[in-house]
Amino acid sequence: MIYEFHTAEDVLKLTHQFKLPISEIAKRYEGERSGKSMVAVRNKMKQTRDVMYSAVKKGIKSTEKSPLKITGGDAKKIYDSLKNLKDMMGNKLTVRAMAYATAVGEQNACMQRIVAFPTAGGSGVVPGVLFSAAEHFKAGKRKLIRGMFTASATGLIIAYGATLSAAKGGCQAEVGAAVAMAAAGLTEMRGGTPKQCFDAAAIGLKSYLGLACDPLGGLVEVPCIKRNAIGTQVAIGASDMVMAKVISFVPFDEVVQAMQNIAQIMSPKLRETALGGLAVTKTGNMIKQKLGLKITTEL
Amino acid sequence: MSNLSIFDIAGPIMVGPSSSHTAGACKIGQFARALFHATPQKVTFYLHGSFGEVYKGHATDRALLAGVLKMRTSDPRLKDSFEIAKQKGIAYEFIPRDLGKDQHPNTVKIVLENSKSRMEVMGRSIGGGMIEIFKVDNFKVNIKGTAGRYLSLVICHKKDPNLLLKIQERVNLFQGIMVAAIEKCDFGEKSLTILSLEGRRIKLPEVMELEKSIPEIEYIRSLSKLEKQ
Repeated sequence: MIYEFHTAEDVLKLTHQFKLPISEIAKRYEGERSGKSMVAVRNKMKQTRDVMYSAVKKGIKSTEKSPLKITGGDAKKIYDSLKNLKDMMGNKLTVRAMAYATAVGEQNACMQRIVAFPTAGGSGVVPGVLFSAAEHFKAGKRKLIRGMFTASATGLIIAYGATLSAAKGGCQAEVGAAVAMAAAGLTEMRGGTPKQCFDAAAIGLKSYLGLACDPLGGLVEVPCIKRNAIGTQVAIGASDMVMAKVISFVPFDEVVQAMQNIAQIMSPKLRETALGGLAVTKTGNMIKQKLGLKITTEL
Repeated sequence: MSNLSIFDIAGPIMVGPSSSHTAGACKIGQFARALFHATPQKVTFYLHGSFGEVYKGHATDRALLAGVLKMRTSDPRLKDSFEIAKQKGIAYEFIPRDLGKDQHPNTVKIVLENSKSRMEVMGRSIGGGMIEIFKVDNFKVNIKGTAGRYLSLVICHKKDPNLLLKIQERVNLFQGIMVAAIEKCDFGEKSLTILSLEGRRIKLPEVMELEKSIPEIEYIRSLSKLEKQ
């Protein structure tokens, strides 16, 4: 294969060799491995975008609560706050990104259709950042699709070098990975170089190393949905930093190695088992009780 | 490691909240329904391990039943599967039960019944939407599936080692469809062959044509594609 890559270094070599952005390398990689035409690959990404978009649009209007009434309605609250933006500290792009990310998380919790991008637990960050940025730039759909391809390539590197499963690596592998992906995608949309894209991904992922996966009752709701919302802010911040010419001292590939190292050290109690952290707090145990789960630890 | 797809990252499209406990469970239900080859009047689910403990919160129950009702993992009606089953007059029951110490934590035994027959199917959801069916009635089988991966055909036929080639040749005649993987398992006098197809969706007339063209084939079930794009 010509466009094969497993690491960021591989991708950077390809972008240099062919004078193409990361998104284009990712698209050609997919075409080459599946035997599908560029148009077919692009159309598939468009379908993915459409499903994400409808989840966002539904989510920002919904007041539906999740089955256990733990979450729901927050996306609408955040989105409605855009009307009084002068009372907020963030700007239109950042607040809207939080609303969109929350929308996807709440739709997932309410059993609506979403895209696991890269997983259900971290599915809010990428659409949050990229859709909000696309509206900000008044960008054509082409630019948004480019951001999505670059984000996917970044996720692929994490999947090869570490993991995208919280059961194996904790929350760093889901929300952390999503933040790195969104940061890289956003940076390409803003015209950053391939190196800058991976620097933004590195800065984003470094901020999430070691994060426990400890949701209440094992449900993908608390703290997952809010972590997705805050994740958009970290991704935007990381992208802003590289656009201000800041570089990541540790290259992205090494950050991925560090993430894998931490995953191997991390206790299983902090890996999607609801046996540690927030899951065993007083509130966590209350949710467990509601679900009829055994309470093993009390803080 | 084999080459991952960009759409393994940007996907699958699914109904939440969990790929193993919702999407995978739905896929197991689909396989059970396809193997039973009839509309059941009553379905009983025995839920083992984590499935038995957290099934309510992850809607594993609704997803399993949705699969038995032939819904896809991305079908928004998945959460209404209880109501849809009631409308169709299909009785269902969920029973948490220890199915043995060595079982995977996400294991389920599904018992499908109607006035004529009864079938037990055992499967497990091993993560990320990937599933395995490992027992049908008293026969050990090895059927693998991934939510959102391929279109599958389940073909029940007489035991005959040459038949596999014949089936493959026939399928290759359909333009735009390729055989991505073949799984075969024997039970009793019969064999089950699961063809995973890539490319376009196989049409119903094509399935019927295939069924008629080879007399040894008893029946073919086309599993709905678990949408990924």
